[in-house]
Amino acid sequence: MLRIHEKLEKNSILLTIGILVTIAIGGIVEVVPLFTIDETIEKVDGVRPYSPLELAGRNIYIREGCYTCHSQQIRPFRDEVERYGHYSLAAESMYDHPFQWGSKRTGPDLARVGGKYANDWHAAHMIDPRSVVPGSVMPAYPFLAERLIEAEEMPEHLRTLRMLGVPYSDEQIEAASVDLFAQTDPEADSTALLERYPRAVVADFDGDRRLTELDALIAYLQVLGTMVDFTSYRPEAVSPQPAASMTAAAQ
Amino acid sequence: MTPSAKPRVAEAYNEEVVRKFTLATVFWGVVAFAAGLFIALQLAFPELNLGLPWTSFGRLRPVHTSAAIFAFGGNALFATSLFVVQRTCRAPLFGGPALADFVFWGYQLFIVLAASGYVLGISEGREYAEPEWYVDLWLTLVWVVYLAIFLGTIIKRREPHIYVANWFYLAFIVTVAVLHIGNNLSLPVSVFGAKSYSLFAGVQDAMLQWWYGHNAVGFFLTAGFLGIMYYFVPKRAERPVYSYRLSIIHFWSLIFLYIWAGPHHLHYTALPDWAQTLGMTFSVMLWMPSWGGMINGVMTLSGAWDRLRTDPVLRFLVTSVGFYGMSTFEGPVMSIRAVNSLSHYTDWTIGHVHSGALGWVAFVSFGAVYHLVPVLWRRTGLYSDRLVEVHFWTATIGIVLYITAMWISGIMQGLMWRAYDELGFLQYAFIESVEAMHPYYVIRAAGGFLFLIGSLVMVYNLWKTIRGEVSAGAPAARKFAAVR
Repeated sequence: MLRIHEKLEKNSILLTIGILVTIAIGGIVEVVPLFTIDETIEKVDGVRPYSPLELAGRNIYIREGCYTCHSQQIRPFRDEVERYGHYSLAAESMYDHPFQWGSKRTGPDLARVGGKYANDWHAAHMIDPRSVVPGSVMPAYPFLAERLIEAEEMPEHLRTLRMLGVPYSDEQIEAASVDLFAQTDPEADSTALLERYPRAVVADFDGDRRLTELDALIAYLQVLGTMVDFTSYRPEAVSPQPAASMTAAAQ
Repeated sequence: MTPSAKPRVAEAYNEEVVRKFTLATVFWGVVAFAAGLFIALQLAFPELNLGLPWTSFGRLRPVHTSAAIFAFGGNALFATSLFVVQRTCRAPLFGGPALADFVFWGYQLFIVLAASGYVLGISEGREYAEPEWYVDLWLTLVWVVYLAIFLGTIIKRREPHIYVANWFYLAFIVTVAVLHIGNNLSLPVSVFGAKSYSLFAGVQDAMLQWWYGHNAVGFFLTAGFLGIMYYFVPKRAERPVYSYRLSIIHFWSLIFLYIWAGPHHLHYTALPDWAQTLGMTFSVMLWMPSWGGMINGVMTLSGAWDRLRTDPVLRFLVTSVGFYGMSTFEGPVMSIRAVNSLSHYTDWTIGHVHSGALGWVAFVSFGAVYHLVPVLWRRTGLYSDRLVEVHFWTATIGIVLYITAMWISGIMQGLMWRAYDELGFLQYAFIESVEAMHPYYVIRAAGGFLFLIGSLVMVYNLWKTIRGEVSAGAPAARKFAAVR
C-alpha cells in the first residue's frame, strides 16, 4: 500500500485527481437519483406557484433570516403532527427556490402556519411579538409596516423563476404587478387573481391601505402549508400511476 | 520529509502574506466571538434586537457564522497553509507576492461584501452559504487563485514527497471549490440587482445545501484544520507524526466518507428514506477515520507528554485534538435517526457545533497563531506564557459552560416538544419550551463572554510580542528561537 501511495505523494496532479475522484462519488450517488427517481416528489393536487404577493413575502422571509429560528418541515411523529399538522411532503416545496426547511426551532415550525392565526394577530405579532406572546424572544419588525413593495420589479422575478422551472404562465407574468395590489384589496374584484392563484388569501393584511412589506409577509405566512388538497392525498399513492388514477377518481 | 528540515533559502519565503493573514485571523476571531456573544444575548434578552432591521437576530446570525467560519477560520487556514506549504516544500509561494496579496485583499473584500450584505438584508437564505451571487462569483475567483498558488508551490517543491499536512490542505481547497460552486448555482433577477433565485428547488435543493453544509464542516472546518494539526503538533512537540500509515488511512477514508454525511441534517424530512439511510450509515462510519486522526495527533506526543505542563501553546493544540475527538464522537451519535429525532431542531445541535468550532477549530488556530507570531516577527518567544495559560483556562471554562448549557437546553426542548400528559394531550405549548430556555441562554452567553475575554487576552499578548516586549516573569532562555 505504501508503495502505491508513494506515487500519489510524489505527484501533485495525481494527488489532486485522486482527491477529486474520491470526493465525487458520495455526492453523485446521493444527489443525481433525486432528479431521476419519479417517486422523489409525490403527485398531489393543489400545489401552485406563489402569487406575486406571497413571493414578495417569501423574499422578505429570506432577507430577514427567519429560517435561522423557524423550520418549515414537519416530521412524521405523533407530537409534531398534533402540534403542527400533516407531516411535510416534498411536493409542497417543489417551487421553493431556495428551500426554507430550516434546521432550528428557536420558534415553532411554520410549514403549516397558514390559516392558523388571523391577519390582525400576525400584524400585531410582527410589530411587537411580546404584545401577543409575552414569553417570545422573537425580534420586533415594526419597520415592515412602513416599507413599501416595489411592484414594478415583480414580473422580472416571475420570469426568472420560470426560467428555473416554476410554471408561471405569460398571463401571470404580465399581471404580476396588478396581482400584487389585487391581493391586498378585498373590495376589488379578485376573480382573475383567484383564477391564476386558486385559494389565495385576499385581504388588507396589515390594515394599512398601502402595499407594505408586512402585507406581503403575512400573505406568505397565510399560504404556508395550505396548498395541498389532503382530501385526495393518499401517502401510499406516491408512484405516478396510482396518483393519476386517484386524481381522476377525485374529479 | 522531516518537519524540521532547514530551508536553504529562508529569505525567499513569502512571510509577509502569512503575517497579514495571521493578523486578520486574530482580528476576525474577535469580531466573530463578539457577534456570537451579542446574538446569544439577544436570545436571552430580545429587546437587544432594537427593533431595527440591521440589528435583528436573523440578519446578525449569518454575520456571526460567516465571521467564525470564513473570516476567522478561513484566515487561519490561509495563514497556516501558505506558511506550511512553503516550509514543507522548501519553495517560496508560486506566483510571487502580487498574487498572494491579491488573495489576501480579495478574501478580506469577500468577507466585507458578505457581512455588509447580511446586515443590509442581502441573503440567499442558505445556511453557511448566505452571500449572494456577485459575492459568490468574487470568492470563486479568489479561491481559484489560492488553489493556483498552493498547487503551484507544491509543483515546484524541492522535497520529493508532499508532506501529509499539504494533502489535507489540498483536499480542503479543491473540495471547497466544488462545494461552493455546486451549492451556489443561481440565477440573478437582474445583473444590476443583488437578488437571485437558486437553480434547484425543494427536496433537491435541500440535499444539495446539506451536501455543501456538512462538508463545509468536513472540509473547511476539519480537513483544513487537520492540516494545521499535522504540521503544528509535531512541530511544537518536536516529535514526528505518530504513524505515517495511519495518516494515509486517515486521509483517504476521511475525505471519502465525509461527502456522504450531508443527509443526516434531513432525517425524517421529505428527503427520500434511502438518502437519509445513506447519510446516517456513512456518518456513523465517519467516526473511525475521525478517531484515527485524533489518535495520530495525540499519540504524536509520545515521549513528550511532560511538555504539556510547560508549554501552554502545545496544551492548546492537544486540547483541540481532544475536543475534535469528542465532537466527532457526538456527531455520529446525533446522526443516528432515533437520536436525531430528539436532537434535531434543538440547541443540542448548536452545542455540538460549538464544541467543534470553539474546542477544535478555535483552539487549534490559537495554538498555531501563538506558535506563528514569534516565528513570523522574529521574536525569541511570546511576551508572556502566563497569559497564554490565562487564555487557555478562560476559554476552556467558557466552552464547558457553553456546551453543557446547550446539552441541557437542547435535550429539554426535545423532551418538552414530545411530552404528553396523562390525558393524552401535548403537555406543553411551544412557548413554554421557549421560556424554559432562558436560564440556559444566559449561561451560554456567559460562556461566550469568557471565550471573548480569553481572545482579548491573546490580542494583548500578541501585540506585546510583536512589539518585541518580554514580560518580567518570562523564562530567559526561549525554547523556540526565531527562524525555524
